[in-house]
Amino acid sequence: MTDSFLPQKDEVRRRLEGRYVGAVPHNQSLNLRVVDYKPEVLSLALPYREDLVGNPETGVLHGGCITSLIDATCGGAVILSLVAPRRIATLDLRIDYVRAALPYQEVICEAHCYKVTRHVAFVRASAHHGDVASPIATASGTFVVFREGRREGEEGGSE
Amino acid sequence: MRLRDAVLAMRNTGDFTALQEAIPYTRFMGITAELRDDDIVGRMRFSEHLVGNASVPALHGGALGAFLESTAIFKLLWHGETTSIPKTINITVEYLRAARAEDVRARAVFTRHGRRVANVRVFAWQDDEERPVAIATAHFLLVQE
Repeated sequence: MTDSFLPQKDEVRRRLEGRYVGAVPHNQSLNLRVVDYKPEVLSLALPYREDLVGNPETGVLHGGCITSLIDATCGGAVILSLVAPRRIATLDLRIDYVRAALPYQEVICEAHCYKVTRHVAFVRASAHHGDVASPIATASGTFVVFREGRREGEEGGSE
Repeated sequence: MRLRDAVLAMRNTGDFTALQEAIPYTRFMGITAELRDDDIVGRMRFSEHLVGNASVPALHGGALGAFLESTAIFKLLWHGETTSIPKTINITVEYLRAARAEDVRARAVFTRHGRRVANVRVFAWQDDEERPVAIATAHFLLVQE
Protein backbone atom coordinates (compact mmCIF):
# COMPACT_ATOMS: atom_id res chain seq x y z
CA MET A 1 0.00 0.00 0.00
CA THR A 2 1.38 3.47 -0.86
CA ASP A 3 1.83 6.34 1.60
CA SER A 4 -1.15 8.21 0.19
CA PHE A 5 -3.45 5.53 1.60
CA LEU A 6 -2.07 5.68 5.12
CA PRO A 7 -4.36 8.35 6.62
CA GLN A 8 -7.32 6.47 5.24
CA LYS A 9 -5.90 3.22 6.58
CA ASP A 10 -5.51 4.71 10.05
CA GLU A 11 -9.11 5.88 9.91
CA VAL A 12 -10.35 2.43 8.95
CA ARG A 13 -8.29 0.89 11.75
CA ARG A 14 -9.79 3.33 14.26
CA ARG A 15 -13.28 2.48 13.07
CA LEU A 16 -12.61 -1.25 13.28
CA GLU A 17 -11.12 -0.98 16.76
CA GLY A 18 -13.74 1.41 18.08
CA ARG A 19 -16.97 0.28 16.49
CA TYR A 20 -16.34 -3.37 15.73
CA VAL A 21 -13.95 -4.74 18.32
CA GLY A 22 -14.52 -2.16 21.06
CA ALA A 23 -18.29 -1.87 20.74
CA VAL A 24 -18.94 -5.62 20.72
CA PRO A 25 -18.98 -6.75 24.37
CA HIS A 26 -17.80 -10.31 23.72
CA ASN A 27 -14.95 -9.20 21.42
CA GLN A 28 -13.90 -6.72 24.07
CA SER A 29 -14.04 -9.32 26.86
CA LEU A 30 -11.55 -11.42 24.85
CA ASN A 31 -9.29 -8.35 24.28
CA LEU A 32 -9.37 -8.90 20.51
CA ARG A 33 -6.94 -6.60 18.70
CA VAL A 34 -6.72 -5.48 15.07
CA VAL A 35 -3.43 -6.78 13.64
CA ASP A 36 -3.82 -5.77 10.02
CA TYR A 37 -6.30 -5.39 7.23
CA LYS A 38 -6.45 -5.04 3.49
CA PRO A 39 -9.55 -4.68 1.38
CA GLU A 40 -11.57 -7.85 2.08
CA VAL A 41 -8.91 -9.28 4.43
CA LEU A 42 -8.82 -8.77 8.19
CA SER A 43 -6.46 -10.09 10.87
CA LEU A 44 -7.41 -10.04 14.55
CA ALA A 45 -5.39 -11.36 17.49
CA LEU A 46 -6.61 -13.15 20.61
CA PRO A 47 -4.05 -12.64 23.41
CA TYR A 48 -3.28 -15.70 25.54
CA ARG A 49 -4.98 -15.63 28.95
CA GLU A 50 -5.10 -18.17 31.76
CA ASP A 51 -8.85 -17.77 32.17
CA LEU A 52 -9.46 -18.88 28.54
CA VAL A 53 -7.69 -22.23 28.94
CA GLY A 54 -9.77 -25.26 27.95
CA ASN A 55 -7.45 -27.99 29.15
CA PRO A 56 -5.77 -27.23 32.49
CA GLU A 57 -3.38 -30.16 31.96
CA THR A 58 -1.85 -28.65 28.81
CA GLY A 59 -2.59 -24.92 29.22
CA VAL A 60 -4.01 -24.78 25.69
CA LEU A 61 -6.82 -22.28 24.98
CA HIS A 62 -10.37 -23.65 24.68
CA GLY A 63 -11.62 -24.13 21.13
CA GLY A 64 -14.58 -21.93 22.06
CA CYS A 65 -12.59 -18.70 22.29
CA ILE A 66 -10.88 -19.58 19.00
CA THR A 67 -14.39 -19.99 17.52
CA SER A 68 -15.24 -16.48 18.79
CA LEU A 69 -11.99 -15.10 17.32
CA ILE A 70 -12.69 -16.72 13.94
CA ASP A 71 -16.35 -15.63 13.90
CA ALA A 72 -15.39 -12.05 14.79
CA THR A 73 -12.62 -11.92 12.19
CA CYS A 74 -14.80 -13.39 9.44
CA GLY A 75 -17.60 -10.94 10.25
CA GLY A 76 -15.15 -8.04 10.20
CA ALA A 77 -13.81 -9.14 6.81
CA VAL A 78 -17.38 -9.08 5.48
CA ILE A 79 -17.93 -5.58 6.84
CA LEU A 80 -14.68 -4.45 5.16
CA SER A 81 -15.95 -5.87 1.85
CA LEU A 82 -19.31 -4.10 1.85
CA VAL A 83 -19.57 -0.78 0.06
CA ALA A 84 -22.16 0.51 2.54
CA PRO A 85 -22.63 -0.31 6.22
CA ARG A 86 -25.05 -3.23 6.61
CA ARG A 87 -26.11 -5.45 9.44
CA ILE A 88 -24.77 -8.97 9.02
CA ALA A 89 -25.30 -12.28 10.83
CA THR A 90 -23.43 -15.58 10.75
CA LEU A 91 -25.33 -18.32 8.90
CA ASP A 92 -22.77 -21.05 9.38
CA LEU A 93 -19.17 -21.50 10.38
CA ARG A 94 -16.99 -24.59 9.97
CA ILE A 95 -13.67 -24.90 11.77
CA ASP A 96 -11.10 -27.67 11.23
CA TYR A 97 -8.37 -27.99 13.85
CA VAL A 98 -5.46 -29.11 11.70
CA ARG A 99 -2.91 -29.24 14.52
CA ALA A 100 -2.75 -28.68 18.25
CA ALA A 101 -2.60 -25.10 19.48
CA LEU A 102 0.36 -24.21 21.71
CA PRO A 103 -0.02 -22.86 25.25
CA TYR A 104 1.06 -19.35 26.29
CA GLN A 105 0.85 -17.95 22.73
CA GLU A 106 -1.60 -15.55 21.19
CA VAL A 107 -3.72 -16.76 18.27
CA ILE A 108 -4.07 -14.68 15.11
CA CYS A 109 -6.92 -15.17 12.67
CA GLU A 110 -6.74 -13.98 9.08
CA ALA A 111 -10.07 -13.94 7.23
CA HIS A 112 -10.66 -13.30 3.53
CA CYS A 113 -14.13 -12.38 2.33
CA TYR A 114 -13.75 -13.75 -1.20
CA LYS A 115 -17.31 -13.28 -2.49
CA VAL A 116 -20.24 -11.02 -1.69
CA THR A 117 -23.59 -11.49 -3.40
CA ARG A 118 -26.72 -9.43 -2.85
CA HIS A 119 -27.69 -11.25 0.35
CA VAL A 120 -24.80 -13.54 1.27
CA ALA A 121 -21.06 -13.17 1.92
CA PHE A 122 -18.54 -16.05 1.81
CA VAL A 123 -15.38 -16.10 3.93
CA ARG A 124 -12.32 -18.32 4.35
CA ALA A 125 -10.08 -18.01 7.38
CA SER A 126 -7.13 -19.54 9.13
CA ALA A 127 -5.85 -19.24 12.69
CA HIS A 128 -2.16 -19.47 13.54
CA HIS A 129 0.48 -18.49 16.10
CA GLY A 130 2.22 -15.94 13.86
CA ASP A 131 3.13 -18.04 10.82
CA VAL A 132 0.23 -18.06 8.39
CA ALA A 133 1.85 -21.00 6.56
CA SER A 134 1.49 -23.15 9.67
CA PRO A 135 -2.17 -22.88 10.71
CA ILE A 136 -3.70 -24.47 13.80
CA ALA A 137 -7.19 -24.12 12.31
CA THR A 138 -8.78 -23.44 8.96
CA ALA A 139 -12.34 -22.22 8.64
CA SER A 140 -15.06 -21.21 6.23
CA GLY A 141 -18.15 -19.22 6.96
CA THR A 142 -21.20 -17.71 5.30
CA PHE A 143 -22.95 -14.57 6.44
CA VAL A 144 -26.32 -13.11 5.57
CA VAL A 145 -26.23 -9.43 4.62
CA PHE A 146 -29.37 -7.50 5.55
CA ARG A 147 -30.22 -4.95 2.85
CA GLU A 148 -32.76 -2.93 4.82
CA GLY A 149 -34.14 -2.78 8.32
CA ARG A 150 -34.73 -6.29 9.56
CA ARG A 151 -38.25 -7.57 10.09
CA GLU A 152 -39.12 -9.65 13.09
CA GLY A 153 -38.98 -13.36 12.32
CA GLU A 154 -36.73 -12.92 9.31
CA GLU A 155 -34.24 -15.67 8.59
CA GLY A 156 -31.89 -16.42 11.41
CA GLY A 157 -28.25 -16.10 12.11
CA SER A 158 -26.22 -14.82 14.97
CA GLU A 159 -24.46 -11.53 15.53
CA MET B 1 -9.61 -29.58 42.18
CA ARG B 2 -7.52 -31.24 39.49
CA LEU B 3 -9.25 -32.03 36.22
CA ARG B 4 -9.07 -35.80 36.73
CA ASP B 5 -10.67 -35.57 40.19
CA ALA B 6 -13.31 -33.15 38.87
CA VAL B 7 -14.28 -35.57 36.08
CA LEU B 8 -14.48 -38.50 38.52
CA ALA B 9 -16.53 -36.42 41.00
CA MET B 10 -18.92 -35.46 38.19
CA ARG B 11 -19.38 -39.14 37.21
CA ASN B 12 -20.02 -40.13 40.82
CA THR B 13 -22.44 -37.37 41.76
CA GLY B 14 -23.92 -36.02 38.50
CA ASP B 15 -22.88 -32.56 39.68
CA PHE B 16 -20.90 -30.57 37.09
CA THR B 17 -19.87 -27.71 39.39
CA ALA B 18 -16.36 -29.02 40.10
CA LEU B 19 -15.78 -29.73 36.39
CA GLN B 20 -16.90 -26.23 35.40
CA GLU B 21 -14.54 -24.83 38.04
CA ALA B 22 -11.63 -27.01 36.87
CA ILE B 23 -11.84 -25.70 33.28
CA PRO B 24 -10.96 -21.98 33.30
CA TYR B 25 -12.81 -21.17 30.07
CA THR B 26 -16.18 -22.70 31.12
CA ARG B 27 -15.92 -20.70 34.35
CA PHE B 28 -15.21 -17.51 32.34
CA MET B 29 -18.19 -18.19 30.05
CA GLY B 30 -20.64 -19.32 32.73
CA ILE B 31 -21.08 -22.67 30.97
CA THR B 32 -22.18 -25.64 33.04
CA ALA B 33 -24.38 -28.72 32.71
CA GLU B 34 -26.86 -30.70 34.72
CA LEU B 35 -28.33 -34.16 34.64
CA ARG B 36 -31.95 -34.27 33.54
CA ASP B 37 -33.71 -37.63 33.03
CA ASP B 38 -30.31 -39.35 32.70
CA ASP B 39 -29.16 -36.98 29.97
CA ILE B 40 -26.77 -34.02 30.04
CA VAL B 41 -28.31 -30.59 29.48
CA GLY B 42 -25.77 -27.81 29.02
CA ARG B 43 -26.48 -24.32 30.25
CA MET B 44 -24.85 -20.97 29.49
CA ARG B 45 -25.92 -18.28 31.94
CA PHE B 46 -26.54 -14.93 30.33
CA SER B 47 -23.88 -12.34 31.02
CA GLU B 48 -23.28 -8.96 29.37
CA HIS B 49 -19.87 -10.04 28.09
CA LEU B 50 -21.49 -12.73 25.86
CA VAL B 51 -23.28 -10.14 23.74
CA GLY B 52 -22.27 -9.84 20.07
CA ASN B 53 -24.61 -7.05 19.06
CA ALA B 54 -25.46 -4.60 21.81
CA SER B 55 -28.20 -2.81 19.84
CA VAL B 56 -30.46 -5.89 19.37
CA PRO B 57 -29.15 -7.24 21.88
CA ALA B 58 -28.11 -10.72 20.72
CA LEU B 59 -25.54 -13.27 21.84
CA HIS B 60 -22.21 -13.49 19.99
CA GLY B 61 -22.08 -16.31 17.44
CA GLY B 62 -18.71 -17.36 18.78
CA ALA B 63 -20.10 -17.65 22.32
CA LEU B 64 -22.91 -19.89 21.04
CA GLY B 65 -20.41 -22.05 19.15
CA ALA B 66 -18.27 -22.29 22.28
CA PHE B 67 -21.30 -23.35 24.32
CA LEU B 68 -22.27 -26.06 21.80
CA GLU B 69 -18.69 -27.41 21.76
CA SER B 70 -18.50 -27.36 25.57
CA THR B 71 -21.79 -29.24 25.93
CA ALA B 72 -20.48 -31.95 23.59
CA ILE B 73 -17.27 -32.18 25.66
CA PHE B 74 -19.25 -32.41 28.92
CA LYS B 75 -21.34 -35.24 27.50
CA LEU B 76 -18.25 -37.07 26.19
CA LEU B 77 -16.60 -36.76 29.63
CA TRP B 78 -19.79 -38.01 31.29
CA HIS B 79 -19.92 -41.12 29.09
CA GLY B 80 -16.18 -41.52 28.50
CA GLU B 81 -13.82 -44.11 29.88
CA THR B 82 -10.93 -41.68 30.32
CA THR B 83 -10.69 -38.41 32.20
CA SER B 84 -8.78 -36.62 29.41
CA ILE B 85 -10.55 -33.84 27.54
CA PRO B 86 -11.39 -34.99 23.98
CA LYS B 87 -9.73 -33.02 21.18
CA THR B 88 -11.99 -31.20 18.73
CA ILE B 89 -11.21 -32.32 15.17
CA ASN B 90 -13.78 -30.02 13.62
CA ILE B 91 -17.03 -28.24 14.35
CA THR B 92 -19.68 -26.78 12.08
CA VAL B 93 -22.19 -24.41 13.60
CA GLU B 94 -25.47 -23.49 11.89
CA TYR B 95 -27.10 -20.33 13.22
CA LEU B 96 -30.86 -20.60 12.89
CA ARG B 97 -32.15 -17.51 14.68
CA ALA B 98 -30.75 -14.68 16.74
CA ALA B 99 -30.17 -15.72 20.36
CA ARG B 100 -31.62 -13.20 22.81
CA ALA B 101 -29.82 -11.82 25.85
CA GLU B 102 -30.96 -14.72 28.05
CA ASP B 103 -29.74 -18.12 29.24
CA VAL B 104 -29.21 -20.84 26.62
CA ARG B 105 -29.54 -24.60 27.05
CA ALA B 106 -28.21 -27.40 24.88
CA ARG B 107 -28.48 -31.14 24.42
CA ALA B 108 -25.92 -33.33 22.66
CA VAL B 109 -26.59 -36.54 20.70
CA PHE B 110 -23.92 -39.03 19.68
CA THR B 111 -24.40 -39.93 16.03
CA ARG B 112 -21.48 -42.34 16.38
CA HIS B 113 -19.32 -43.03 19.42
CA GLY B 114 -16.33 -45.11 18.35
CA ARG B 115 -13.16 -45.94 20.22
CA ARG B 116 -11.08 -43.18 18.64
CA VAL B 117 -13.61 -40.75 17.18
CA ALA B 118 -17.00 -39.48 18.32
CA ASN B 119 -19.50 -37.76 16.01
CA VAL B 120 -21.78 -35.44 17.96
CA ARG B 121 -24.76 -33.21 17.13
CA VAL B 122 -25.62 -30.47 19.61
CA PHE B 123 -28.81 -28.42 19.73
CA ALA B 124 -29.04 -25.10 21.60
CA TRP B 125 -32.32 -23.42 22.49
CA GLN B 126 -33.72 -20.68 24.69
CA ASP B 127 -37.42 -20.95 25.53
CA ASP B 128 -38.52 -23.81 23.26
CA GLU B 129 -36.43 -26.92 22.71
CA GLU B 130 -38.32 -27.46 19.44
CA ARG B 131 -37.02 -24.14 18.10
CA PRO B 132 -33.22 -24.34 18.33
CA VAL B 133 -31.20 -21.14 17.97
CA ALA B 134 -28.10 -23.00 16.78
CA ILE B 135 -27.04 -26.55 15.89
CA ALA B 136 -23.50 -27.91 15.77
CA THR B 137 -22.04 -31.02 14.17
CA ALA B 138 -18.64 -31.90 15.56
CA HIS B 139 -16.04 -34.65 15.54
CA PHE B 140 -13.81 -35.34 18.52
CA LEU B 141 -10.66 -37.38 18.89
CA LEU B 142 -10.94 -39.40 22.08
CA VAL B 143 -7.68 -39.23 24.00
CA GLN B 144 -6.50 -42.50 25.56
CA GLU B 145 -4.93 -42.30 29.01
